[in-house]
Amino acid sequence: MMAAAARFFIRGANSKLSISGVAAGAQSSLGASLLKLSASCNSRTKTQRRHVAHFTFQPDPVPTQYGPTQKMNLFQSVTSALDNTLANDPTAVIFGEDVAFGGVFRCTVGLRDKYGKDRVFNTPLCEQGIVGFGIGVAVAGATAIAEIQFADYIFPAFDQIVNEAAKYRYRSGNLFDCGNLTIRAPWGCVGHGSLYHSQSPEAFFAHCPGLKIVIPRGPVQAKGLLLSCIADKNPCIFFEPKILYRAAVEQVPVEAYTIPLSQADILEEGSDVTLVAWGTQIHVMREVANMAQEKLGVSCEVIDLQTILPWDVETVCKSVAKTGRLLISHEAPITGGFAAEISSTVQEECFLNLEAPISRVCGYDTPFPHIFEPFYIPDKWKCFDAIKRMINY
Amino acid sequence: MAAVRSMSKMYGLCFHAVRQTAGLKASGLLQHRAFRATVVHQQQPFDSSLEKPQFPGASAEFVDHLEFIQPNVISGIPVYRVMDRQGNIINPSEDPQLSKETVLNFYQKMTLLNTMDRILYESQRQGRISFYMTNYGEEGTHVGSAAALDPSDIVFGQYREAGVLMYRGFPLDLFMAQCYANADDLGKGRQMPVHYGSKDLNFVTISSPLATQIPQAAGAAYAVKRENMNRAVICYFGEGAASEGDAHAGFNFSATLECPLIFFCRNNGYAISTPTNEQYRGDGIAARGPGYGMLSIRVDGNDVFAVYNATKEARRRAVAENQPFLIEAMTYRIGHHSTSDDSSAYRSVDEVNYWDKQDHPISRLRHYMTARSWWSEDDERSWRKQSRKTVMEAFEKAERRQKPNPELLFTDVYQEMTPNLNKQRESMWRHIQQYKEHYPMDLYDK
Ligand SMILES: Cc1ncc(C[n+]2csc(CCOP(=O)(O)OP(=O)(O)O)c2C)c(N)n1
Ligand SMILES: [Mg+2]
Repeated sequence: MMAAAARFFIRGANSKLSISGVAAGAQSSLGASLLKLSASCNSRTKTQRRHVAHFTFQPDPVPTQYGPTQKMNLFQSVTSALDNTLANDPTAVIFGEDVAFGGVFRCTVGLRDKYGKDRVFNTPLCEQGIVGFGIGVAVAGATAIAEIQFADYIFPAFDQIVNEAAKYRYRSGNLFDCGNLTIRAPWGCVGHGSLYHSQSPEAFFAHCPGLKIVIPRGPVQAKGLLLSCIADKNPCIFFEPKILYRAAVEQVPVEAYTIPLSQADILEEGSDVTLVAWGTQIHVMREVANMAQEKLGVSCEVIDLQTILPWDVETVCKSVAKTGRLLISHEAPITGGFAAEISSTVQEECFLNLEAPISRVCGYDTPFPHIFEPFYIPDKWKCFDAIKRMINY
Repeated sequence: MAAVRSMSKMYGLCFHAVRQTAGLKASGLLQHRAFRATVVHQQQPFDSSLEKPQFPGASAEFVDHLEFIQPNVISGIPVYRVMDRQGNIINPSEDPQLSKETVLNFYQKMTLLNTMDRILYESQRQGRISFYMTNYGEEGTHVGSAAALDPSDIVFGQYREAGVLMYRGFPLDLFMAQCYANADDLGKGRQMPVHYGSKDLNFVTISSPLATQIPQAAGAAYAVKRENMNRAVICYFGEGAASEGDAHAGFNFSATLECPLIFFCRNNGYAISTPTNEQYRGDGIAARGPGYGMLSIRVDGNDVFAVYNATKEARRRAVAENQPFLIEAMTYRIGHHSTSDDSSAYRSVDEVNYWDKQDHPISRLRHYMTARSWWSEDDERSWRKQSRKTVMEAFEKAERRQKPNPELLFTDVYQEMTPNLNKQRESMWRHIQQYKEHYPMDLYDK
């Protein structure tokens, strides 16, 4: 199931439509029969598929405090949040590349039909335009929800985000702001995305006061956090772990609800090591916590940071004060990654509590590589090994 | 006060300068300025109809009635073609008169590309490769333009131009190696399928972020111009990518910096699901050329000869006159955007079928060849068989080949290996050594 989910991004919805690209039918005899290959080829294919999933999604308990729930995967929970927003806020508009037909990850499916094409619409293919437009919508007082098709393609909008959105309020003496702007973008590794469909660019934006950056671990958190971002009076970037769009399924409340920003979530309490992560990596960490318990008898406290900026220093430091050890893990390159910021702060705040050097298990300082992804990612074995080393320090 | 004083000083200076240059009987522009100045002072009769705007950066007439320029002032840019849909030459003087051998080569490259596409598309469906993008329906734009270039011309592509690389002689083995990210991939397995590149064939490696190649092509063309070796640069992009800020930068830079560059826009009707009427409201991409001061043309991209002629002439003049040209090739993306896409969600089967069955660049060229008795049913059959066989052989070979050594994860980040990366590399190998059973080392080159 994981393998299938992870492969979603490239496979998409399988088409019943067979578009052959055949000139006047002349080549129509070609097709699947072409690919009847030798046995050796087939066996290799199987081995190639063996290593697709690097984590097991661990669903949250069914929330009881927000009314009736429905089974939703992560992209559906995003749709649900957007649906609530369009229903409750007549100024809200949703736009980006290919959002009108539902978006390449299906997050906006059905919304245009339900709310009209003046509220859910395609933009020309231009990220700087999308964010600049969104800032303008927000400055004029309406709610702007901009989609960037992949987090990897947010960089043409870097200037609009960093120099404009983040500084609007400050530079105008609070005369103007674009707090009504929320930027959503699919984020993180997916098994085969390589350089430009895998990146986790949160650290670039974490260096930018005035922004809020949020990354959910699953459908329930995604909906509540996204609705908080939309309601928040500061420009927010909401990164969605795309490998979870289909793989992560939970019971999600149907009605609108919010989950507070800048509050980390302690998922498992523990006494020996604090594990901090966000997004997909949370599921790696939860598995690592189990492995540490089973194989080493080590008790881990797992914290989902959720909001990268401004982040919840208190929860993390309290935990480290208790455990004396901290492991932080993200897929983005280690140098200048957000783990460095956490590590530095914790070292300042908890120096005397530390039993071992703070450990970071992150991506290497290289671009995100296609065929080497199994070696590149901070998988459970690397994290497990880091815990072992911290315990034996 | 001080400011005012210095301003009047400046004015005085200017006035002085103007009078001086007028006395020297300098260029028309300066004379004119001097004339204005004297008129004002000598109170002579003044005829406003003789006045011309002097603003730097625009030359035109003054008008005394308010009128907005219509957006369709440039509209209905005609589509240049050489052949009709049945492969008949419309105007004999436009027939490029290519030899039988050349035309057969065109046809074979176009159909080989089509065969490779179908095999790789299918292989992705079977999970053998991770991703693929077909070129269905755009074969004419690739082969027609590639044939009109010199092999030394530098190509900056988007991603749907495999036929250009094929025409230049990139072997099937290397196409397959890239898509399989195996140890023979020139790009060392780092990029997604279809991100080809070839130093030998002057084809700059494809990058996923859209439109980034457009200003880069301008820079390359500028460097090539200074080399003075009769080289040009061609830059391919989709009509969707043309909306990016980088496209504007590239157009404007190449025009102002006088770069021998051919912008080749493949207008295939869609950017993933977004149709052209949501991408732009002007008359396509060609209409933008005049705005940048660039020579522009719209061609029928499904007419390989029209593409060839337009590119050939643009290339000739780009190099001779050091200026960019914009070619908008009208075509249709018959396939899904990529293997991640299902285009039935946003366009009709009938629409697709029209282009597939009624207006396909491959069938058009075949009609042309058949009319000259250059290509028989038998030729077709045996070529199909042969080309399919060569593609399948390359495919099976690529599938059997090992993946590149994981060592290559760390090289080429910088030209040299840094101490930091070296440390990370060593720690990775130590880790893999210790946790062997969890890593697919058997698939990778030792
Ligand atoms: C900067 C950037 N934004 C978005 C994307 C995602 N994307 C990939 S292809 C594509 C559509 C491109 O359409 P077009 O330029 O018309 O080329 P075509 O696919 O039609 O050949 C989009 C939006 C990207 N690769 N890069
Ligand atoms: Mg297009």
